[in-house]
Amino acid sequence: MSNQFYRLHVNGVLHEVRDAWVGESLLFVLRERLGLTGSKGACEQGECGSCSVLVDGELLCSCLVLAAGAVGQSVVTIEGVAPLGVPNDVQQAFVDCGAVQCGFCTPGLIMAVHALLDHSQSPSEMEIREELSGNICRCTGYGRIIEAVQSVAVARRVNSENASPA
Amino acid sequence: MTLTSLTTAARGRLGDSVARPDGIPKTQGSFSFSGDLSADGFLWGATLRSPHPYARIVRVDASAAWAIDGVECVITASDVPGKSTYGLISSDQPVFADEFARFEGEPIAAVAADHPETCRRALAAIVVEYEVLPPLTEPERCIDGSHPPIHPDGNVLRHQRIIRGDQSIVGPVTVEGTYELGMQDQAFLGLEAALALPDPGGEGIELFIATQWLHEDRKQIAACLDLPEDKVRLTLGGVGGAFGAREDISLQVHCCLLALRTGRPVRMAYSRQESFLGHVHRHPGKIWMRHHADAAGRLLRVEARFVLDGGAYASTSSAVLVNAITHTQGPYKCENATVDGWVVRTNNLPCGAMRGFGVVQACFAHEAQMDKLAAAVGVDVVDIRLLNAMQTGDRLITGQIIESVAPVARAIRETAALPLPDEPVGGHDSDPLRLPGGAGLTADRRHIRRGIGWGVSIKNLMYSEGFDDYSTARVRLADGIASVKFATSEVGQGFVTIAAQIARSVLGVDDVVLEPIDTTIGSAGSTSASRQTWMSGGAVDGACRLVRERLFELVAAANDLDAVQLEIDGTDVIDPRGTLRISVAQATAGVTLEETFEHHHRATEDLDENGQGNCHTAFAFVAQRAVVDVDPELGLVKVIQIATAQDVGRALNPMSVVGQIEGGIAQGLGLAVMEEIVQTDGHTRNASFTDYLLPTFLDMPDVVISLIEEPDPMAPMGAKGVGEPPCIAATPAIVAAIRDALGKDIVRVPVRPGDICLG
Amino acid sequence: MSTTSVTVPYTLADALRALADAPHATVLAGGTDLMVELNSGQRSPTDVIIIINRIGELCSWQYNPGLGTLHLGAGITYSEIEQSPLAGWVPALAQAARTVGSPQIRHAATIGGNLGTCSPAGDGLPVLSALEAQVHLASLTGERTLSFADFMVGPKRTARQPGELITGVTVPVFTGWQGYSKVGVRNAMVIAVASASLVVDRAQRNVRLALGSVGPVILRCSEAESLIAAEADFESGRCSPAAAALFAELARAAARPIDDHRSTAEYRRHAVGVLALRLLRRAFPNE
Repeated sequence: MSNQFYRLHVNGVLHEVRDAWVGESLLFVLRERLGLTGSKGACEQGECGSCSVLVDGELLCSCLVLAAGAVGQSVVTIEGVAPLGVPNDVQQAFVDCGAVQCGFCTPGLIMAVHALLDHSQSPSEMEIREELSGNICRCTGYGRIIEAVQSVAVARRVNSENASPA
Repeated sequence: MTLTSLTTAARGRLGDSVARPDGIPKTQGSFSFSGDLSADGFLWGATLRSPHPYARIVRVDASAAWAIDGVECVITASDVPGKSTYGLISSDQPVFADEFARFEGEPIAAVAADHPETCRRALAAIVVEYEVLPPLTEPERCIDGSHPPIHPDGNVLRHQRIIRGDQSIVGPVTVEGTYELGMQDQAFLGLEAALALPDPGGEGIELFIATQWLHEDRKQIAACLDLPEDKVRLTLGGVGGAFGAREDISLQVHCCLLALRTGRPVRMAYSRQESFLGHVHRHPGKIWMRHHADAAGRLLRVEARFVLDGGAYASTSSAVLVNAITHTQGPYKCENATVDGWVVRTNNLPCGAMRGFGVVQACFAHEAQMDKLAAAVGVDVVDIRLLNAMQTGDRLITGQIIESVAPVARAIRETAALPLPDEPVGGHDSDPLRLPGGAGLTADRRHIRRGIGWGVSIKNLMYSEGFDDYSTARVRLADGIASVKFATSEVGQGFVTIAAQIARSVLGVDDVVLEPIDTTIGSAGSTSASRQTWMSGGAVDGACRLVRERLFELVAAANDLDAVQLEIDGTDVIDPRGTLRISVAQATAGVTLEETFEHHHRATEDLDENGQGNCHTAFAFVAQRAVVDVDPELGLVKVIQIATAQDVGRALNPMSVVGQIEGGIAQGLGLAVMEEIVQTDGHTRNASFTDYLLPTFLDMPDVVISLIEEPDPMAPMGAKGVGEPPCIAATPAIVAAIRDALGKDIVRVPVRPGDICLG
Repeated sequence: MSTTSVTVPYTLADALRALADAPHATVLAGGTDLMVELNSGQRSPTDVIIIINRIGELCSWQYNPGLGTLHLGAGITYSEIEQSPLAGWVPALAQAARTVGSPQIRHAATIGGNLGTCSPAGDGLPVLSALEAQVHLASLTGERTLSFADFMVGPKRTARQPGELITGVTVPVFTGWQGYSKVGVRNAMVIAVASASLVVDRAQRNVRLALGSVGPVILRCSEAESLIAAEADFESGRCSPAAAALFAELARAAARPIDDHRSTAEYRRHAVGVLALRLLRRAFPNE
């Protein structure tokens, strides 16, 4: 395979990436070549989680993924979790609970919360803290974020209980 | 948290916990931060920085960089068309270092190229010949004059004394100590980034920038570019946090100059390492204090010597020093003072504004002193504070009367009344994550000791020393929709939220449109000093009131009434003593009412040579109690709970206030136990998130909050600024709790494990 | 720019062929060390980058009950090691895994990468040292196995030769207590300033103590280990306070720490003594 072009599967769409420099991270390619600026770079070392995406269902830091090496994998970014203008329950809860201030960490956090709630329907507070410990927020002090996650977990449980046949 | 279920309210008026209007886009990744902006045909810009903390620049040869394919431009000091220096108080900082590099990281040159990797290669190809000089890193050498000046303006940025009252008072009870603070970084997540679009012909420029003060940036940029201010048009790009680090300009002039030179749009973005070097930091400090008290513990005189290290350039050091020394006494009555304050210039990283602005340093010292005083007179740490608690009408050691609401005793009592955590060390379920060391499994429950400590603070709000600070807002009401225009930097604190709440409340509308934040309207001042709610809120409120006056005149005239009889009720204009009720929408159908208002605060004064003068505008107060678990053998720490009561005047948006309090506590916690830029001989050792540690989800404690709402009659809506006090009080509270757990004195922050368990 | 190419082999044989063609190629698995260097410009990618995180053979594990060993493919991530069943066989390694970076890092970081980087602060390495892990290397021309002690030759230096790939490690599955402790100033995403792993081999009545972040390589404390083999009662889980205190002192004496921007030599030496004592008390709770 040469560096002339490669294809990435992002949010259900196959994208061609042309004339890219091979050392580019997935974060760079998403933002600068695919126009998906929702994932943010705040450290490019995997120390803040702002660039978090799902790759084959796993939560990863996209700054640590070589874009050309993500060929054949399924990438989901913040733009892919809900249609534009139609926030999902996690996104709405973040806003309702005051879990968003500057918002720079928010997309990465939303991805991490999705990964958390996919694996654990009723996470304890310590589980939430540990599963989100790879995401730094400098504005909120984390309290409202934890509340948002807990409110989503509760609401989903109530909804699934209501949806189950009696 | 004891504030239960903060829910977003339906009406969206003042006092409601309204969701922020940019919240959904932020959660979906569609909100544009300045680094997300781009333009066709753009080039990337990058900066060459000095590797030496102090060096003469012998020559700069960029020819090899120019020769690289993809490089469009290289600029150095000789390419700056206008003023070669800039600065917030004195213009002492070069756009590009010319004769001397004075700190490691100082910009020497910049390049524009087709790819960040090309930029990197271009920077590596620029040859700079340095004559490396031994750096000045010791503040005392600036004070004793034993080191030659490292800058034409000298090595002392400011020296200010405070001399008040009886200088001869000694004891009967005396406690003293010397306290040190390391350099903290604001570490906002949204890295510095900008997009500059040159006008054809290069006669003007448009800049999208994440900053704290658009107009101050414009003023400095225009001067350096030798352009009239109205040709330099700034629009606020989304800001990913600020905390003081964006008050000084960083990449603005470089980005604009590259754009003007190449005739193409230029994007610049800092890496995290570059960000650490590229903005100002909190002043490290060494503070000696001696408190004299009577046998009961009432303060008689306070003595202090402050030495703050301002680093290579002046920034706002002069104002930080004044803030620090004028808060020496803390929120306590004290009639007599002898204070000597210095802020000096060294070859360390430049320091300037960071949330708390000098009061963080003073508070760490005075709270440690109050605990020592309590021990010396045999009184409880809470009681010593209640005994000395300031009230409205008391004086600062500058002679200024505290006219603000000053509920210090109430803050302490309400904090004390908040329940202590009911979980034992390690939690009920003995979860290792609840112990110091966490998943590192360093300790069992029995290795841990729990301590409780207090931090109580006063903080000035707004600017000081005679500065005529103001903010501007324009409000338009048409067809029942209010449009609000301001240049207030929204950095995450939520001004955009309350601006709409103000408009809804005053004008009786539900629909509010916020116009772009740019320089097409007058200045809003800086998003700093906990000032925007008061100043920009005051401006929006003032403009809305003018519009409402016009609205009432309109309705009164149409209905043969007197305008003074009218009120807003819900979304209607009514005559409460009559039958008139007309919706605001109907009353403004086809009509446009527009007013612009400038909110100024009352005048303040300079300090005289004895530090006397009414130099501050207003004050807010806060008390915090920290519960901390400590592993005395390993020196690891876990903060379990912070309880706080904060004087907020009026919570215009309780959810936002809680967010500011919790976020501020996180930054205070960071300074207490983990955050420090480590410099050795002027070299920064840890300019990365690997080794500059920010608190994570696993480090933040439970926070319980009581909001004290005694509306301040001086504040436009009774509301005080809330951003800084929580950050200030958390640090001393946490350290006091560590001392309590150990029975050992800790005099430095951040506390390192070795400080706890060795020596 | 350059003519760098990226190769994504799906079999070990393909990977070895690619590596034989370009022995100094950049080998990339999880990227948690390499990409940090690329992003910061500290390292430039070589002409060939070989991605090895799609190779099924490298991502598998085998437990051999007859031999009492567990083989871990080099591509196994730390988040897999944190969970069962692997955690059940090597609980100390699972404890170390939990402290690696963050969830995002653990999903990408591989045991092979940890070995390839071989930092003295690498979280899994004290455990591998204490377990006396066997490190497997392969090239187009053959395979070989080195003990961990022979594999790690210096700080971030290994015995791996150009053209060789780390394919996995084999570790014994012991009965007996084992554990890992790591000192960091923050409770998540932190580089160890001192770490230790204690592994009890009940069958052989000995212990292994390995220290991290206090020397150029992971250090074994043979004197401390011999003391416990002689003094402790493995049946009853008893060790005298005097022996425990001496154990800690010998651990401190074995450490060769330095001062750096993260910590001081004095603190590190002190810390490993505390960790050694506390780990010992967990292994031998009775006095």
